[in-house]
Amino acid sequence: MALATETPDTGFRLSMLIYDTRFRAITIQVIVLILFLLFLGWLVDNTIQNLAAKDKDINFSFLWNRAGYDIDQQLIPWNNDMTHGRAAIIGLLNTLVVAFFGCIFATIIGVVVGVLRLSKNWLVSRLMTVYVEAFRNVPLLLWIILVYVVFSEIRPAPKDFRITDEMAAAGTAPAAHMNLWDSVAITNRGSNIPAPLLDRPLGGFEVFDVPINFSVLATLAVIIASILANRAFLRRVRAVQEDTGIRPTTWWKSLLILFVPVSLLLWALGLHLEYPVLKGFNFQGGIAVAHSFTALLIALSLYTGAFIAEVVRAGILAISRGQTEAAFALGMRPNRTMSLIILPQALRVIIPPLISQFLNLTKNTSLGIAVSYLDLRGTLGGITLNQTGRELECMLLMMLIYLTISLIISSIMNYFNASVKLKER
Amino acid sequence: MSDTDSQTVFVRHQMLDPQLAPVTERGAVKWMRENLFSGTFNTILTLLGIGAVYYLVSASLPWLLNGVWNANSLSECRQIIADNGGTTGACWALIKARWHQFLFGFYPQDSYWRPVLAFGLLFVALAPVLYWNDRKGAIMVAVSGVLTVLAMIGLSSPGTVDLFTIVLMAALFALAWVMPKKLVLVTLVYPFVAFFLLWGGPIAGPISVLLGLAAAAWLVMALQPRIGSILATILAVVAVALLFLGPYPLTSLLSSALQTVTGWGLPAVNSDQFGGFLLAFVIGITSISFSLPIGVILALGRQSDMFLVKTLSVGFIEFIRGVPLITLLFTASLLLQYFLPPQTNFDLILRVIILATLFSAAYLAEVIRGGLAALPRGQYEASDALGLNYWQAQRLIIMPQALKISIPGIVSTFIGLFKDTTLVSFVGLLDPLRGVTTIVRADINWKGIYWEPYIFVGVIFFVICFGMSRYSMYLERKLKTDHR
Repeated sequence: MALATETPDTGFRLSMLIYDTRFRAITIQVIVLILFLLFLGWLVDNTIQNLAAKDKDINFSFLWNRAGYDIDQQLIPWNNDMTHGRAAIIGLLNTLVVAFFGCIFATIIGVVVGVLRLSKNWLVSRLMTVYVEAFRNVPLLLWIILVYVVFSEIRPAPKDFRITDEMAAAGTAPAAHMNLWDSVAITNRGSNIPAPLLDRPLGGFEVFDVPINFSVLATLAVIIASILANRAFLRRVRAVQEDTGIRPTTWWKSLLILFVPVSLLLWALGLHLEYPVLKGFNFQGGIAVAHSFTALLIALSLYTGAFIAEVVRAGILAISRGQTEAAFALGMRPNRTMSLIILPQALRVIIPPLISQFLNLTKNTSLGIAVSYLDLRGTLGGITLNQTGRELECMLLMMLIYLTISLIISSIMNYFNASVKLKER
Repeated sequence: MSDTDSQTVFVRHQMLDPQLAPVTERGAVKWMRENLFSGTFNTILTLLGIGAVYYLVSASLPWLLNGVWNANSLSECRQIIADNGGTTGACWALIKARWHQFLFGFYPQDSYWRPVLAFGLLFVALAPVLYWNDRKGAIMVAVSGVLTVLAMIGLSSPGTVDLFTIVLMAALFALAWVMPKKLVLVTLVYPFVAFFLLWGGPIAGPISVLLGLAAAAWLVMALQPRIGSILATILAVVAVALLFLGPYPLTSLLSSALQTVTGWGLPAVNSDQFGGFLLAFVIGITSISFSLPIGVILALGRQSDMFLVKTLSVGFIEFIRGVPLITLLFTASLLLQYFLPPQTNFDLILRVIILATLFSAAYLAEVIRGGLAALPRGQYEASDALGLNYWQAQRLIIMPQALKISIPGIVSTFIGLFKDTTLVSFVGLLDPLRGVTTIVRADINWKGIYWEPYIFVGVIFFVICFGMSRYSMYLERKLKTDHR
C-alpha cells in the first residue's frame, strides 16, 4: 500500500528568493546593501569629480595655519596669530560653556515651574502654564534675537553711568546706575560682572599655551575631598541608625564638612572680588560678558526650561495616586513620601527625556550664529570656513564633533536607563 | 408645665431649614481660601504671583493702549504718542506698513491671490485627512472657502479671480457635502496645484508630472493581481524612474507637447522672491507631509530583524539626530554641490525642504519607534496567529495603534519643525523672523524699533503652534478607545 506522502520539493528555485520567507530576508538585505553601496559610490564619485573640477583636494592641514581673526570670548588664551585648529577648540569650549550653564539654569527653571504648575494655587499654576505655553510655541530664534536686541538697545551707553563734576556739585544722579549693589554693569555694549581674584595665588604652568592654575586645582581637590568625606560620614550615620534605630543629627555636621575646608582654603588664598569700574569710555575690570553670550544663555535657559517643566510635570503625574496612598497607609509623612516613594519613581520617568532636552539645548547653542556668538559653528564652521574655502573639511569636522558630543550624552542616557530600568521577568 | 419638670422631653417635630455654610466656606471666599491662601507658603506664592502680574500689566498695558496705527516712521509715531500725552506706546504702524512683507516676502504684489488660494485649498485638501468621511470636513471646506474669498477681496485681487475662487470653492463644498470620501482626490492633486499656483510657469509641467505618476499608479493597480505586489512595486519604481529620469524623460516630451497645445500658464515666480510666512508654510508643510511616511519606514527599519536594514536605519537616525539642524542646512547650501553630479543646480528652497524632511523624519522615526515599543507583545503575536503577513499586520494591527499612541510626539515634532523653519534665514532665505525683520529694521524710517515686529511674528507662530497642539489633544481624545 502506497502512502500518498508527497514530500515538498527540496530543490531550490529562483522564485523562492522572493516568496520563501526563509530567503526573502537575505534577498532584501542583499538588495539594500547593493543599493546603499551604489548610492555611496555615486556620492563619492560625484565628490571626487566636483573637487577635481574646482581644483581642490581633501586636506586638513589648514587647521595648522594662522587664523588671523579675533574671538571676543575665549576660555583659553587666544590671539589672532594662533591656528585655525585652536580657534576650533575655542569655539568648542564656547559651545560647551553655554551648554553647561544653560543646562543648569534650564533644569532649575524647569523643576521649579514643573512643580509649581501642579500646585493647588490657582494663580501660580495659571501663570506657569502661560510661561510654558508661550515659550514652547514660539521659535527659539525669536527669543535669542529679542533678548539680544533688547539688551543692546534698551541698556544705556557707558557714558550715561558717568558722574561729572557738575552733577556731583548739583547732587543729581547719573542717567544710569549699576545693578545688584553696584557690582554688575550692564551697558549697551556688554556686561561686566565681578571677577574672583586671589591675593596669594599658588601659581601654575602652561601646557600648549593653556594655563593650568594650581589654585583652581587645589580648590577642586578640596571640594571633592569634602564630598567624599561627607559620604563616608553619612555611611557611618546609616550604620549607627541600623544598629540602634536612632539616626544622629547630621545636617550641621554635613554642612561643616562640606563648606569649612573650602572656605578656609579660599580665605588662605585671599579670595576677593574685583568690581567693574568706569574708566575712559567703557567699564574696566571684572569679567566682561558679551551680550551674545548673555542673550544665548537667557533664551536657551528659558526655552528649554519650559520643555523641562513639562517633562517634570509628566514625570510626577505618571506616578499613580495609589503610591502616595500606600505610603500614607504605611504611616509615612508627606515629605518622606515625596523623597522615598514618589521622587525615585518619578526620576525614572523624568531623567531620559531630561537628558534628551540637554542634548537639544547643546545642539541649539549653534543658533548663537544669530547674535554672532563665536561657538564651534561660528569659528570652525563660520569664519574658518569662509577664510579657507574648505567647506567639505570644515563641515565634516564640525558634524563629527557635534555627533561625538551627542553620542556621549546619549550613551550616558542609555547607561542610566539600563541601570534604573524596572527589573521584571 | 414648669421649666424644672424633668419629665418633659423636648422633641422637635419640624425640621429646621438648613443653615447657610459659614461665610468662609462658600462662594468666592471659600474658593480663594482653598485656591489662593491655603497656607503660609501658598499665600506668599499668591502675593508673588499678584506682584508679577501687576508688574507685567503695568509695564505693558500703557504701551499697548497708546499704540499708534497710522504713521510713516518711528519718529512720527513717537511724536503722535507724545502729542497724546503718553510716555510709552507701541508703534503698530510698522506692521500696517510692512505686513505684506512679513506674510509674503517679495512675492509679486499683484499675484498675492495665488498663495492665498493655495493656502485656502490646503485646508480643503486637509479636510478628508483630518475628518475622514465626516460632514465636519465639508464645514471646514466651507469656512476655508469663505475666508479665502474674503482674504482675496481684502487683498484687492482681480475680479475674475474672485469669481473663479467662489465657483471653485462652492463646487468643492458641494463635493465634500455629497461625497466626503471623494474629496481625497483633491488631496492627491493638491501638491501639483499648489506648486503651480506658487511658482507659476506653464501649466503643462505639473500636468504632465501628474499624468506620469497617475500612469505609473495605474500600471501597478493593473498588474498587481497578476504578478503580485512585490513585482508590481518594483515595476512601478522602474516605470517612474524611466518616466522622469530616463535618457528621454517621457514627462518632458509630454510636457512640451502639452505646452504647444495649451500654452497657458501663470507668470513664473522665482524662489528668491518667496519670503515671510509664505516661505515658512511652504517649507513646513511640505517637510511635514513627506517626513511622516519616511519616518514610519525608518522606524520599521529600526525595529526590523534584518541586521543590515536595522544598522542602516540606526546609523541614519542617530547621525541626523546628533547634529544641529543648522549644520544640515549649511550642508544643503554648501555641500550638496559636491555630492551631486557636476552642473546640477537646483532650487535652494527645494534643497532646504529635502534636508528639513530628512531631519524631521529621523525625529519622527524615534517617536514612532516609541509607539511601536509601547504596544504589548501580544498584538504582534495575535496578528501572526491570524496569519497576516508583515505588511498586512503593520497596516491593519500595528501601525494604527502605534501611531495613535505616538500622536503627541508626532505633533510636537511637527511643531518643532515649523518653528525650525525660521533657521532657513542662515542660508540666505527670507524667513519671517530674521530675514524680513532685519530688512524692516534696517529701513531708515523704522530704525530702532524692536518689540513690535518680534511680537507680531511671535504671536503668529504662537497661534499656529498652539492650534496644532490643541488639535493633537482633540485627536487623542477622539481616538481614545480604552474605558478608564
